[in-house]
Amino acid sequence: MLRLIVLCLVLAVPARAEDIVLGLSRDSVQITTNFSGSEILIFGAIRREAPVPDGTMGLIVTVEGPSEPVMVYQKDRIAGIWVNARDVEIEAAPVFYAVASTAPLTDILDDGADRRHHVSINRAIRSIWARVTHGDVREFVEAVIRIRQNSGLYTLNEGAVSIDGDTLFSAQVELPPNLIEGLYKTRIFLTRDGDVVSSYETDIPVHKVGLERFLYNLSRQQPLVYGLMSLAIATFAGWAAATAFRAVRGS
Amino acid sequence: MLVYLPVAEVSVNAFVLIGLGGLVGILSGMFGVGGGFLMTPLLFFIGIPPAVAVATEANQIVASSFSGVLAHLRRKTVDLRMGSVLLVGGLIGAALGVGVFNWLKSLGQVDLLVKLCYVVFLGIIGSLMFVESLNAIRKTKSGIVPKRKKHNWVHGLPFKMRFRVSGLYISVIPPVLVGIFVGILAAIMGVGGGFIMVPAMIYLLGMPTKVVVGTSLFQIIFVTAFTTLLHATTNFTVDIVLAVLLIFGGVIGAQIGAVIGLRLKAEQLRILLAIMVIGVCGKLAFDLIVQPAELFSIAAGGH
Repeated sequence: MLRLIVLCLVLAVPARAEDIVLGLSRDSVQITTNFSGSEILIFGAIRREAPVPDGTMGLIVTVEGPSEPVMVYQKDRIAGIWVNARDVEIEAAPVFYAVASTAPLTDILDDGADRRHHVSINRAIRSIWARVTHGDVREFVEAVIRIRQNSGLYTLNEGAVSIDGDTLFSAQVELPPNLIEGLYKTRIFLTRDGDVVSSYETDIPVHKVGLERFLYNLSRQQPLVYGLMSLAIATFAGWAAATAFRAVRGS
Repeated sequence: MLVYLPVAEVSVNAFVLIGLGGLVGILSGMFGVGGGFLMTPLLFFIGIPPAVAVATEANQIVASSFSGVLAHLRRKTVDLRMGSVLLVGGLIGAALGVGVFNWLKSLGQVDLLVKLCYVVFLGIIGSLMFVESLNAIRKTKSGIVPKRKKHNWVHGLPFKMRFRVSGLYISVIPPVLVGIFVGILAAIMGVGGGFIMVPAMIYLLGMPTKVVVGTSLFQIIFVTAFTTLLHATTNFTVDIVLAVLLIFGGVIGAQIGAVIGLRLKAEQLRILLAIMVIGVCGKLAFDLIVQPAELFSIAAGGH
């Protein structure tokens, strides 16, 4: 596999005492036919123009997938069976959200900073706007978080970021196999005593390549051609199977 | 070996899919049914989105029915005229079915509709088949040959047409209605509908058993092909990679199943199939009645 090491240097001269210099193990993720999930290594250094300041240092890395609208349904028992009785449409919820940090989030990020930067899963997802049809929307947003956490789409990995000698850091973020195309927003926060002192943001594009891309595009742009092609393949397969087995039995 | 399905947007083990295709293929070869009613729920269980499962399964049924109908054409056990009449109804039904499917999808009730259809139809067909084959076994033991009813209300309707291969002179209204009904089911449940059509042809239309399977396969090819196209152009939910893997397993399984089927007696086969149908129905009904662990579910939104 081709591994592109790209070092994105921070060009602006930092006004702060500490700043983040970032690198990624790959500048894009390609979904091929044998795609089975991917791992991105995010690494970098903390640049300082002054001696190491006091206070507990923390590093938090978040990777956020593209946002899509979702319908959330709540089941209720009607006439003895469980049916979707209430629904809420959430205008935009990221399909993927991963948080990795050096220590438990509560130790290195205080609530105010979390609210300003939308770092933790709850804050990041709750910041999304929801259109309420009826009922209490909080329950529904929590359901999205719970369901996606259970299926490994929203993850919190405390301790996955390691820091070497107060300057070098690295974090591994695993991307699931059921990945959706789009820009994956990667953010890195450097905290001191719970407050964010520096942050850095970049995008990792995820896209389908080769046959996957061709088939997906065909199915959206030329659905009739795609449908006819599916039928032609099916008909041919049916004929080939019948002929092959007649030959086997005949011999 | 994991394979990324371009339309379903999930990675699934290719061997699991080929194995599922093979297993359902064996059953369909043994019993002469399409197996869609087993495959579609199994695809839900391995995490394929329901809309993709229903549409892709329709495409797979095209392959397995085409493979089957070739053998029947060679044996001349296809009533093409009856098949065409059923087909007219089937195409109307499929168009209605896809419409209902899309409408309920926008209401968020499509899962419920699909599951209720399964419970109701599998329940009815399974119990009827079970009772009927038990009776057949008792009768063969006592040596009475069952007599096919020659006349019922079906013969009193207008627009009569002669069906030579089936040896029938009946109105076209009942076959068209059967076709419409099965077409709706094909679109909503992702099945060929053979399990409804075969009993309807025997008991309602009075067709001879030997032409029933071939004729129903002939009709199913076109109805499921039409359903595939409708789903592909309105929902973009046909996954060709998924279909190819299922077809590959399915065609091999069907041939193995056909060989096993020849070694078992017809009544025994029917009882086995009936038990299986009742089993699937019971499982789905159980899931609807028992309180689910997670009351919430999410689906792609956007209107």
